[in-house]
Amino acid sequence: MKPRHKRLALIGGGLAALAVAAALVLNAFQSNLVFFFSPSQIAAGEAPRDRAFRVGGLVQAGSVKRNPEGLTVNFVVTDTAKDITVVYTGSLPDLFREGKGVVAQGKLGADGVFRATEVLAKHDENYMPPDAQHALEQAQKAQKSLRTP
Amino acid sequence: MSNRLINWFRYGSPQSFYPLAGRMVPWFAAAAAVTGAAGLWIAFFVAPTDAQQGEAYRIIFVHVPASWLSMFLYIVMACWAGLGLVLNTRLSAMMAHAIAPTGAMFAFLSLWSGALWGRPTWGTYWVWDARLTSELVLFFLYLGYMALNAAIDDPRRADRASAVLALVGVVNVPVIYFSVKWWNTLHQGASVSLTRAPSMAATMLTGMLVMAIAFWMYSIAVALMRVRSIMLEREAHTDWARELKESAA
Repeated sequence: MKPRHKRLALIGGGLAALAVAAALVLNAFQSNLVFFFSPSQIAAGEAPRDRAFRVGGLVQAGSVKRNPEGLTVNFVVTDTAKDITVVYTGSLPDLFREGKGVVAQGKLGADGVFRATEVLAKHDENYMPPDAQHALEQAQKAQKSLRTP
Repeated sequence: MSNRLINWFRYGSPQSFYPLAGRMVPWFAAAAAVTGAAGLWIAFFVAPTDAQQGEAYRIIFVHVPASWLSMFLYIVMACWAGLGLVLNTRLSAMMAHAIAPTGAMFAFLSLWSGALWGRPTWGTYWVWDARLTSELVLFFLYLGYMALNAAIDDPRRADRASAVLALVGVVNVPVIYFSVKWWNTLHQGASVSLTRAPSMAATMLTGMLVMAIAFWMYSIAVALMRVRSIMLEREAHTDWARELKESAA
């Protein structure tokens, strides 16, 4: 074995060991690396009870109710399986829309209502011009009406 | 009969790589200028407005190529560093040193453009989600690599120490790349991946890819320029460097 082969083997072995170690660490911290909990996870009791955490999902269509006085707004965050009601006072990001992604930080009250201190919009990975989106929506509508005659 | 047409090891010596790098720089610089201009033109005038994000999405044409390059350059840097450790060649470590500042710049550009993009879309400049945090770690790895290099006076020892750091940091690159898949993040998932069709309009994708090529060409040009000065600095005591200096004077 030439010295440089030895060094290559050492580096290769070192990197492999490091990769395994990193994988184990990341796996152990899995729950701490989660930026938000989904409503299903909260329903399953995975979210912390006494401290603040984030809930993420889609804003349920038709669920946004704005208080006529002040900036308080109620909406439902859903992951299509479970959902959770969120109350928030403050200004919402521009991309906050019904049917779109949202991440809210706050605490879960005893009444099951999530009191948010911060609301962030989470957009998806799709980029398309407005007319393409319009066409897509039309197609989805057409498909729906075909399924339910 | 040898089927190797080019003797790669010949260019492994700074003496013969120096003029070759000098000849390559203008070509890559010109390619960077042309593709950069084309990419920006597509980004601003050809690509349509996004249905969800409006005009704010156009930062993607800088943000995504910069992020790609920051990760890719780290891998290239670590490969050179590893090659230097294994083969003990002088040029490998110099190449790794030459790449680091450009990689750090792209990592910073990625974080900065991301912050400017996050504010109008998400509603915040910064969150500690897995994608953003791991990219910040990448930026610090570049800084740490450069600092370690500068901190050790003996260049051969500095090469070896920083090479180990560079190799250890490679673990972070797949973490950045897959973070949006492995964990819930505020950052969006990948719009472009090798395993499925891109979820972007064609002109948007073209603009992004052309910008990525431009950043790539820029990186090569700048790294070659930097490696030339590192070579001269490090090899100042050798005959070829002295001769070069005399012929230039």
